[in-house]
Amino acid sequence: MRFTVVILAVTFVGSLSGLLLFIWSMSKGLFGSAAAASRVIFGDKEIGLIEDPAARAADAQDDLQATMNRTGHTGEFSVLSVTEATERAAQDRSGRAPVLIALGFATAWLVIASIFGLTASIKLHMPDWLVSEAWLTFGRIRPAHLNAVAYGWCSMAAFGVALWLLPRLLRTPLVGGKTAAVGAVLWGLGVTSGILAILTGHSTGLEWLEFPWPCDIPMVLGGSMMGVALLRTLRNRQVEHLYVSVWYIAAGLIWLPILIIVANWPGLHFGVQQAAMNWWYAHNILGLWFTPIGLASIYYFIPKVLGKPIHSYNLSLIGFWTLAFFYSQVGGHHLIGGPVPGWLISLSIVQSMMMIVPVTAVAINQHRTTWGHLSVLRHSPTLRFIIFGAMMYTVASVQGSIESMRIVNTVTHFTHYTVAHAHLGLYGFFSMVMFGSIYFILPRVMDWEWPHAQLISAHFWLVVGGFAVYIIGLTTGGWLQGLAMLDANRPFIDSVNITKPYFLVRTLGGTLMTLGHLVFAAHVTAMLLRRGAPQIGATLLQPARLQSRSLSSVEGVTDAR
Amino acid sequence: MQDKQVDVTRLILGALVIMTFSIVALVVMPYLFLERKSTAALPLPYTETQAAGRAVYIANGCIYCHSQQPRDPSVAPDGQRGWGRPSVPGDYVHDQPHLLGTMRTGPDLFNIAARQPSRDWHLGHLYQPRAYSPGSIMPAFPFLFVERRGRLLPGDVEILLPAGVAPAGVRIVAGEDAQRLVAYLLSLDHTYPVKSPLRPARVK
Repeated sequence: MRFTVVILAVTFVGSLSGLLLFIWSMSKGLFGSAAAASRVIFGDKEIGLIEDPAARAADAQDDLQATMNRTGHTGEFSVLSVTEATERAAQDRSGRAPVLIALGFATAWLVIASIFGLTASIKLHMPDWLVSEAWLTFGRIRPAHLNAVAYGWCSMAAFGVALWLLPRLLRTPLVGGKTAAVGAVLWGLGVTSGILAILTGHSTGLEWLEFPWPCDIPMVLGGSMMGVALLRTLRNRQVEHLYVSVWYIAAGLIWLPILIIVANWPGLHFGVQQAAMNWWYAHNILGLWFTPIGLASIYYFIPKVLGKPIHSYNLSLIGFWTLAFFYSQVGGHHLIGGPVPGWLISLSIVQSMMMIVPVTAVAINQHRTTWGHLSVLRHSPTLRFIIFGAMMYTVASVQGSIESMRIVNTVTHFTHYTVAHAHLGLYGFFSMVMFGSIYFILPRVMDWEWPHAQLISAHFWLVVGGFAVYIIGLTTGGWLQGLAMLDANRPFIDSVNITKPYFLVRTLGGTLMTLGHLVFAAHVTAMLLRRGAPQIGATLLQPARLQSRSLSSVEGVTDAR
Repeated sequence: MQDKQVDVTRLILGALVIMTFSIVALVVMPYLFLERKSTAALPLPYTETQAAGRAVYIANGCIYCHSQQPRDPSVAPDGQRGWGRPSVPGDYVHDQPHLLGTMRTGPDLFNIAARQPSRDWHLGHLYQPRAYSPGSIMPAFPFLFVERRGRLLPGDVEILLPAGVAPAGVRIVAGEDAQRLVAYLLSLDHTYPVKSPLRPARVK
């Protein structure tokens, strides 16, 4: 016991001084130009002007602007010049091909993954349903669900959003768009072959790494091709400062191929070392790929829609480096109680607790930026999804830190509580942020408005309702399952029986979420086909419209005063 | 312009340094410090049939509900459930890929052969788990079995099921994969004693 305490203390001090050293070495100039850097996402006099192409029709736009004017206009001039508007429109369309390919694939995978997930969920309370075919067995459908979500939906959405954000953030058209488009197709083919491999019984047997390594080759190639487009666009940038979202996106795109290559290298890993590597990978794909892209979106869209710079730019950079440093070492907490060296577990637990630092940084920033403007959620579909996602990021991260403590982990390890936690992160946080981002992006790429505002609302309420049912049900069920397993006087079957009603609840939640995804997919399809009648021209970057808007917003300021 | 470049350099270098830290801590260190080859006589390497059965276990995702890592008595009552002593790295030297698992929708299987050594039980249980373990939510695996109407063929391994489980007039024969899978399950016995370098005081 005392030995463990010593290890914990040493790791804690070690990691803390490592971090301080790191921040110190990185910090020259880091805190210099914060105010300027946070304004880099706005035009010269744009602050105060809302932007949400998903808020359909002139009325909704004006309501949104009026709300911001009422709740805290910064008092700045609030106009986007015609030149700026024209440039931005060009940037928005510059990545059209790769963005549409990636987001189209992503939406298709979302639907497929939902069907896999729902099937797996039903099988847990109907174990004799669909058992006659090998490819339909639970042990194949479940990993097909996970991989379709992680590499199909989430990753392709992440690529699409990142490729669209970069030209805006760097104020230059995307360079290497064709390469990136081919990359997106390659990635999609890799995922398709991997899912087929799992369904036909060719899984590697490693969680999160089920794809046989040949399927990873097109993914690494494709991912790197999209990364190259990023680096080339970065070299071409027309901005003085790199906005924090660029830090997150660039780092994520650098980390992703390294993660995949190290983890999938054939014949390198063995026995318990492979288990350590397995959870190093599985946690880093979340922490160093999905999380950075999700946060990049949050840091861009919240200030952009509100027309108000992020509360503290320095805090966002501290959040970036601490996230990278701590998150990259937490993977071992999946092996607590397992046959792995104590130092590895202790390191992971300490770093899991340290994750509270970057999470607090994001939470404070997001809270201080949106506080007082929450009424915009009524008018901005984009922010409704993104702020919900940002809140779930905080909840999921804090829950994750608590879950890594031995006293809690003893109960939750090996239970469905962990599954609920995974959905809190990858769904509640990441997927919701991606939904919001896609609602913002597609009108600008397609030059077309969302055909039906009601479908966006229906999507939101279906998935939020389903998600709440899912998380509350499975968290409760998982906890009870864990308590039953810890009680040596209860037979094991008690822990199975006690979870059964919660499996039904999960299927209910999953059904609602799947319905929401069908609504979303139908709406995206209508958008890609340009269905419906355009009302004001989706971009709102058309000079005529823009001028009248900025005038009304200035009047709004006067009124408010 | 120079400042702009500093930002990018710092970003890329910083990202790479952090990734290196992470790989060293969680991949390289275990690679260097964990046992790669067993010096002990046990566990025995898998036979060809057992290894083939292990592949069936992987292909059908048994790992998503069954762990293979009994925990220490100070953490959980795994031992009292008959799941065996806490496992040590040396137990896994022949395991490629590892199948430690992260979920216990079903019980731990690291010592299933010690606790349930009957081949017939395993075959029947795979065909219809609920005929043997009421309340179980394990999927049935009828696709690992063959239905025979009338006479058995030479070499058929018929499984003896409780009455009413198989369709009337049909005899159930274990397919090759079912036999291999059971051969693997029956190899899962790690009850031999160990001297653990990780937990010297606790292992009995």
